[in-house]
Amino acid sequence: MTGPTPPAGYLDAASGQPLNPSAEASWLAAAEAGWADPSRLYREGRRAALLADSAREAVAARIGARPDEVYLVADGCLGTLVAGWLARSSGHLVCSAVERREVLSVADSVGVARSRVIGVDRAGRVDRTAYHHALAGAGLAVIQTANHEVGTRQPVAELAAACADARVPLLVDATVTLGREPVPDGWSILVGRAATWGGPAGVGVVAVRRQLHAPPPDLPRAGLPADLAAAMGLEWADDHRTQDAARARMLTDRIRSAVVSTVPDVALLGDGDRVDYLTALSCLYVDGEALVLGLDREGYAISSGSSCVSDVRRPSHVLMAMGALTSGNVRISLPFGVSDDTIDGFIVTFGNVVAAVRAMLDVTDLSTEMPHE
Amino acid sequence: MSDLPRATVRLNERGHRCPMPVISVARAAQAAASGTVISVTCTDPGAASDIPAWCEMRGVDYLGSLTEADGAVSYVVRTR
Repeated sequence: MTGPTPPAGYLDAASGQPLNPSAEASWLAAAEAGWADPSRLYREGRRAALLADSAREAVAARIGARPDEVYLVADGCLGTLVAGWLARSSGHLVCSAVERREVLSVADSVGVARSRVIGVDRAGRVDRTAYHHALAGAGLAVIQTANHEVGTRQPVAELAAACADARVPLLVDATVTLGREPVPDGWSILVGRAATWGGPAGVGVVAVRRQLHAPPPDLPRAGLPADLAAAMGLEWADDHRTQDAARARMLTDRIRSAVVSTVPDVALLGDGDRVDYLTALSCLYVDGEALVLGLDREGYAISSGSSCVSDVRRPSHVLMAMGALTSGNVRISLPFGVSDDTIDGFIVTFGNVVAAVRAMLDVTDLSTEMPHE
Repeated sequence: MSDLPRATVRLNERGHRCPMPVISVARAAQAAASGTVISVTCTDPGAASDIPAWCEMRGVDYLGSLTEADGAVSYVVRTR
């Protein structure tokens, strides 16, 4: 694959990755030709408007939508979108317990009378039967294609069919998969994020089916150079994702099997039906922050699901909902073009960093002995 | 959950963040005889997930939890 060369050791693609070649080239082109206000009638404005149209058309073609169903917006509008849509109906919100925090905040704010948060199993997969039952009288259903912390895929096709039967609009949060996996059918509203596919940070995609007869609420925009870069970046990612996914699956599987056989007291999170490029695990007797910082010192960038804010620890709601170990949690997500060396180096370094943190906490004696190879 | 057996080892981990409560209960379990009931009282919300997860990973029986008067939660386990 000719494409981006991410920095060695960078394994946090779910948070962002370097611009892919098409995104980078389009950003520069759009900044040069599309700097004018696209709502103006003079030549420069019309030229910017044409570029904006071409961005919408390109995204529409890749997600299976009509151009007038596509909106390029500022990233981070998921909460506004869910709240806005819910306000138009008298029904309740249905979502899983592992949706993004923005979605669950809306459920919190409308209260139990107007929301049903459906539990998940140990892998983080939503209880289909309960989700099904909760659809009666619902105004909006939300499901993610796959989880942002552990990669577990949700049964979107099945839930979409149930929503269609119940005539409940379904918002599919595809921020983890859009540009890296096929777009599922059956959505009424689709949400994606350019950073996931190597487009610019800060750009989101929202698509709304015309059958809903309503545009989304007014959402902030990212502006033209970013929009065009996002759209052309999506084309590049969509053209390369199949080849990338096969390799990413092999590499994340390698990480899982190597870590579990070399590092004592590690729990692999999720199951086989997960996003190819993302995997997560938790380790006993260490905290995630120490692992993130320890790995950073050794040149590896990963993220942890549970964040520690000063003295108040906020454990990941995703891991809590799964009943999984929240401490010592790390998420590894592979950027396009990751090297074998990065993966092999990470596996060795991870074991060393876990051992170092355990030695520092004086808990080495609590760990199970690993069989020697 | 008043039907939880009485703990013979009681650990106070109020104010300690994970992984400290798990380390504390693991340390106590290591020193305890088989069948010892241990309670660990925590204020860290992650303990609700972490103590049962530790039990499962290390083959310790998780018996349940109860909320104390001050809002802290005690998790009760029994070594095998």
